[in-house]
Amino acid sequence: MTQGFFVGLDLGASRTKVVVIDDQGRLLGHAVKKSGINFAATAAICLEASLSQAGVKREEIAAAVATGYGRNNVVFITEQSKTEIGCHARGCFHCFPTALTIIDIGGQDNKIIKLDAQGKRDSFKMNRKCAAGTGAFLEEMSARLDIPLTEMNDLARQATEMIKLGSYCTVFSATEVLENIRHGKPVAAIIKGIFYSMIQRVLEMDALTEKVVLSGGVVAHNPYLVEMAEELIGRQVLLPEFPQLTGALGAALYAREATSCEV
Amino acid sequence: MAPEKQPQRKKIEATGQMMQIMADYFYDLNEAAASPTRKVAWCTSVGPAELLRAMGFAVHFPENHAAMLGATRMATELIPEANTMGYSPEICSYLTADIGAYLKGVSPLAKAYPGIDAPPQPDVLVYNTNQCRDVQDWFSWYARELKVPCIGISSPKNFTELTDILIDDVCQQMEALIPTLEEISGTKLDMAKLQETVARSRECTELWRQVLETAANTPAPLTFFDGTIHMGPAVVLRGTQQAVDYYQQLLAELQQRIAAGEGAIEGEQHRIYWEGMPVWGRLRQHSELFAGLQASVLVSTYCSSWIFPDFDAADPIRSMAKAYLSLFIVRSDAYKEAYITQMLKKFKIDGIIYHDAKTCPCNSNSRYGLPQRLEQQTGIPSLVISGDLNDLRCVSDEQTRTNVEAFIEQLEEKRC
Repeated sequence: MTQGFFVGLDLGASRTKVVVIDDQGRLLGHAVKKSGINFAATAAICLEASLSQAGVKREEIAAAVATGYGRNNVVFITEQSKTEIGCHARGCFHCFPTALTIIDIGGQDNKIIKLDAQGKRDSFKMNRKCAAGTGAFLEEMSARLDIPLTEMNDLARQATEMIKLGSYCTVFSATEVLENIRHGKPVAAIIKGIFYSMIQRVLEMDALTEKVVLSGGVVAHNPYLVEMAEELIGRQVLLPEFPQLTGALGAALYAREATSCEV
Repeated sequence: MAPEKQPQRKKIEATGQMMQIMADYFYDLNEAAASPTRKVAWCTSVGPAELLRAMGFAVHFPENHAAMLGATRMATELIPEANTMGYSPEICSYLTADIGAYLKGVSPLAKAYPGIDAPPQPDVLVYNTNQCRDVQDWFSWYARELKVPCIGISSPKNFTELTDILIDDVCQQMEALIPTLEEISGTKLDMAKLQETVARSRECTELWRQVLETAANTPAPLTFFDGTIHMGPAVVLRGTQQAVDYYQQLLAELQQRIAAGEGAIEGEQHRIYWEGMPVWGRLRQHSELFAGLQASVLVSTYCSSWIFPDFDAADPIRSMAKAYLSLFIVRSDAYKEAYITQMLKKFKIDGIIYHDAKTCPCNSNSRYGLPQRLEQQTGIPSLVISGDLNDLRCVSDEQTRTNVEAFIEQLEEKRC
């Protein structure tokens, strides 16, 4: 087994996530920060924070892999970058080593990835160029309702009824939301409808296999979405301990593998 | 990491000759439009070009012009000109780009060929709806604008078996065009000339087939991206000796590559089938993206659509009807599945990429479950990418890159 520590950096459109693992694949440190406009600087801040949490020095890093939209913007990686699709798959399979359907709900896009029992990809799909079902949709609705993102989960859970949104277009959905406000509908019921719409849009993308994993920052911060997804799918879904970190974890695992191949 | 040298697509030496005959073609068209004695016909790319050539028309293909607008990345700024006149951004972006270019008075021909300002003024517009309805709408707009006759063929669609009833229908429609064309050209159709033209088209198409089938070799000596460029003569010059001569030259070069064991892509690792239209404004980027991943996109439905084995000089009009009805685009999904399946086998394909072109539903075969059925039948994985042939507002480069890289990762994983 390769000695040392391994770093995975997931530079997403919305958030940058960095993890540090050891040669056993154990998570030692992690950091998350808004990606902003300077991917390299954000990645450097997250790297320092995660190394500090892990108690690991920079020179002890055996290998580092980057993924996500900004994967080519960082300079301190040591291995070929990997796509976020590959990294989410690797990270989720590490948590649940069985045949899986992974639903990743990200800030800008959604992915449905299917893995066989060996963790190899059978297929994947990303959302079209559309915000439906993504974190961006939730952010837009939060702005329209003038309710902070952090409060939406609790409000949705408290709702005693649900106002369903019919459209898959974010702009049309916003119009529907405004119409419901105009008609005096309870805000909590509207937010529950927004959550329902997000899950529906994602589930429409592909058929699911038996074991389903949910990952990504949106479910990490909105656990009510997981409950709603379970209700819609009709069975329990698997949730990693850190759903927002699966991409970065996968990148770190790729870094570990790349080093063992070289040895 | 230090930047590594990325594999590139190998240059085809015959390209210079192709550019020369294409230049000759465009200058001849320009001269024909200025000549008091010659007549110009506009024709859809799989319309009855042989009939027009045999009757002495100089033939302009607006789809070729629209593809040039796409490849030069002029299209995206021109499309809104047509949109504002009521031609939706959801319809064919060849149509909207070409009409937009006319309205703005610009053309890529002006930059490429000094002395040419615009496409030639037509005397007649001749369409075949075997591709889609949009070509008829496109030509009808010009007919109203330029006050020239617009005639054409309404082809049946979505059939699996090509029956005599269907061929008879199109054959009769084609024959019905002749009196109008004779009147405009001022000459009677000479059947011997038509036979010669169809014979040359047959020869051209046969050579084009052989060119494309060289890619069945491993490594493949040419790619889809080469094909989109080198299909020019098969589209605009079929029925002429120049096209025949050119494809003989190109074929010889590719056969030399095969003999030398040279592939178009250095270190070919993955063999990809492209289903759908190219993204004209991203040809170079896509070519580099795949080459960098050592993936050879080596065969496509699109480039293969100019193979017409049914041309028969002994029965020219009926054989044209048959040839133009044999097209992939006009057939049922059952036919398309069978066609792609045999192509996957012939070209030893590892994965299929479907381009879902926003404004070209007829060339987007991922919308009725075909990829899922084919994957189930063949076990060959596939990827659908969203984009468009000409409208770059519908293209997301980052999404395309991520999807393609992830797809190649998937192929690599399965190989291990």
